[in-house]
Amino acid sequence: MSGYHSIAALCALGLTLLPITTEAADDATALRAELQSLQAQYAARVEALEARITRLEAASTAPTAPTETPADISSAAPPDLAPALPSSDSRSATTAFNPAISLVIGGSYHTASRGPEDWQVAGFMPSGGEVGPGARGFNLGESELTLGANVDPYFSAMLTAAISGENEIEVEEAFVRTLALPAGLNAKAGRFFSGFGYLNEVHAHAWDFAEQPLVYQAFFGNQMAQEGLQLKWIAPADLLIEFGIEAGNGSAFPGTRRNRSGLDATTLFAHVGGDIGVSTSWRAGVSWLDQRADERVYEDVNALGDPVANAFSGKARTWVADAVLKWAPDGNAAQRQLKLQGEYMRREEQGELAYDIDGSGLAGAYRGTGSGWYLQGVYQFRPRWRVGARYDALNTGTTRIALIDDGVLGAGDFPLLRAADPDRVSVMLDWNPSEFSRLRAQYAWDDARAEGVRDRQFTLQYLFGIGAHGAHKY
Amino acid sequence: MTILLRSALALTILLAGLPAQAAIKVLATTSDWGALTRELGGDKVDVYVATSALQDVHRVEAKPSLLARARTADLLVANGAELEIGWLPVLVRESGNRRIQPGAPGYFEAAAQLRLLEVPTRLDRAMGDIHPLGNPHVQLDPRNIGIVAKALATRLAALDPANAAYYAERGHDFDTRWQLAIARWNSRAAPLAGAPVVVMHRDQVYLCHWLGLDEVAAIEPKPGVPPSAGYLGQLVVKLGAAPPRLILRNTYNDQKAAEWLSARIHVPVVTLPFSVGGTPGAKDLFGLFDDTLDRLLAVTK
Repeated sequence: MSGYHSIAALCALGLTLLPITTEAADDATALRAELQSLQAQYAARVEALEARITRLEAASTAPTAPTETPADISSAAPPDLAPALPSSDSRSATTAFNPAISLVIGGSYHTASRGPEDWQVAGFMPSGGEVGPGARGFNLGESELTLGANVDPYFSAMLTAAISGENEIEVEEAFVRTLALPAGLNAKAGRFFSGFGYLNEVHAHAWDFAEQPLVYQAFFGNQMAQEGLQLKWIAPADLLIEFGIEAGNGSAFPGTRRNRSGLDATTLFAHVGGDIGVSTSWRAGVSWLDQRADERVYEDVNALGDPVANAFSGKARTWVADAVLKWAPDGNAAQRQLKLQGEYMRREEQGELAYDIDGSGLAGAYRGTGSGWYLQGVYQFRPRWRVGARYDALNTGTTRIALIDDGVLGAGDFPLLRAADPDRVSVMLDWNPSEFSRLRAQYAWDDARAEGVRDRQFTLQYLFGIGAHGAHKY
Repeated sequence: MTILLRSALALTILLAGLPAQAAIKVLATTSDWGALTRELGGDKVDVYVATSALQDVHRVEAKPSLLARARTADLLVANGAELEIGWLPVLVRESGNRRIQPGAPGYFEAAAQLRLLEVPTRLDRAMGDIHPLGNPHVQLDPRNIGIVAKALATRLAALDPANAAYYAERGHDFDTRWQLAIARWNSRAAPLAGAPVVVMHRDQVYLCHWLGLDEVAAIEPKPGVPPSAGYLGQLVVKLGAAPPRLILRNTYNDQKAAEWLSARIHVPVVTLPFSVGGTPGAKDLFGLFDDTLDRLLAVTK
């Protein structure tokens, strides 16, 4: 995830509000008197409104109720079931256009057989995101606050802010999108989760496991969001055929912001999807990402065990293939549902690797081809209960480092880039008391650090949503 | 791989056969509104129904097939009142189809034409999955369908002015047949008036309201909240003392709780179609109410 944003502005707002509340406490008696008078006023108003509602009801039953209902049971709606009529007095015009607001609160209790501080993905340059397992014990997760509404007949806007347990606010997404483009076109501008693959666009509260698969953690630092433009087109066909192109500022891993006016990152994706009978639906896609890095710094140790900062500059090209299949008897997901999904990614990075940028300043050509995939299944075996299992794997592939090949440095000077096959197995059980709450227990056998270095992790997680009823993508 | 190959093949065929769309393409969210659109539009409409009577429409997902249909639809006929809130907004937004955006002529909500029952006076999800605009399961009162039919016929005529006379005539014809049918149903249902019943989920509210059935209890203690053993125990005690005539269940509801209660209090469970296609008898809108009444009257004789 890209940059963190200061909460200073919000704090300042909060501070300006504080004095008001303390003052108010002093004036409690005055307030009480005022409240009493208000109460009296309201009682009178309610009476007036009631009279008005009865009148309006009498007037409105005439046109809406079926007048020609012939038989005996045609009694109109009893008065106690009459809908609340929006009264112009009861609503202030300033709040009528408030956007839909929803908030997801999450947190966890986490235990691990190894300390989370030394967690890393062997064989891959760190992606910089908050990807490791959480600290042991109780943790406050990200609270996701989403605001969204139509701007006018042509645009809608949405903001999702993630407030972390470390008291930081990160703008996850903030974008406008078009509503009125012709011919199946849809455009977005701002910061948004890129549309490649399947999981990249899914917000954290909707993940089926407590964390993203290793391949997303290592390749994109959980999820790729950057500032840019997206254009999507859906073909006019009975099968879903969707193409998308994005141009961004390249600020998201594996790219870096390069302070140039040109396009620094391009993404292309295509999705196809449909139904197989009434019970099964599916979607599959391929995506391609072209990103550039300028001095993308990462920390490692040298052959002597001293910390060094190395940096990669060059091109990163990633292929992604994704597929999802959902099955529910008669298509009724309220009872039982099976969801299978998998994604494969392959990345080629080519450019220059600088060793110990603060010291020796040695640099040489670099070429690396890494790949990874995951496959998972989640089964809702009865309403409200789901079980799931996931297998994640990564492979460093071939890495050519000129500084090593030329004998300038040894492989021991780049321990993090030594070939490795990290993997992880996770199983989970979750209970969803309602559409708005989820409690999850998850166990993982995590071999990401190095071959044979296993971390056993247990997580209890909670997720609660309040506010506007969210609508989720497929 | 075969899926990919088949998709590629399907894509070629589809793209080749793209032009020649004479009829209005309609995406209806439920089988009832789909059936009504067919009644009114005849061969001038090409209706795709997003869900079936065996599905809980509130829990449907924004499937790729539905996104594809939303893309090409000229008219979206939704139930509204937030019944489809978990998936329809995504489809409409992602569709890239400006014809079916809310406010456009191609966006039609059935519930928006009606006065809803059970509009909550207090909005708090502690009361379960309540719908702020009122109970959305409006189709089980045939008088509601008559009202929606008029509005929908007008909308079809507005969208396709060349065939306005056709829709007006079909609308009039449907209304005549429908009012006669309501009269028939009303007289058939007379013995049901005042019968105490147990419902599943407050989704038969409009049916009970129309027929004058007396809803004495719901198996779900709150909308969307499954009953606990303790709650069911209380129901047995309460209903054992004053047994209802029937327990109503829709085809898409889980049958376990209803059967359990039925065995304890010795009151029959009636499985109702709820929507067109919910039972073999509910082939169309007329069949929906004929079959509903057949099933209700069969056990109350």
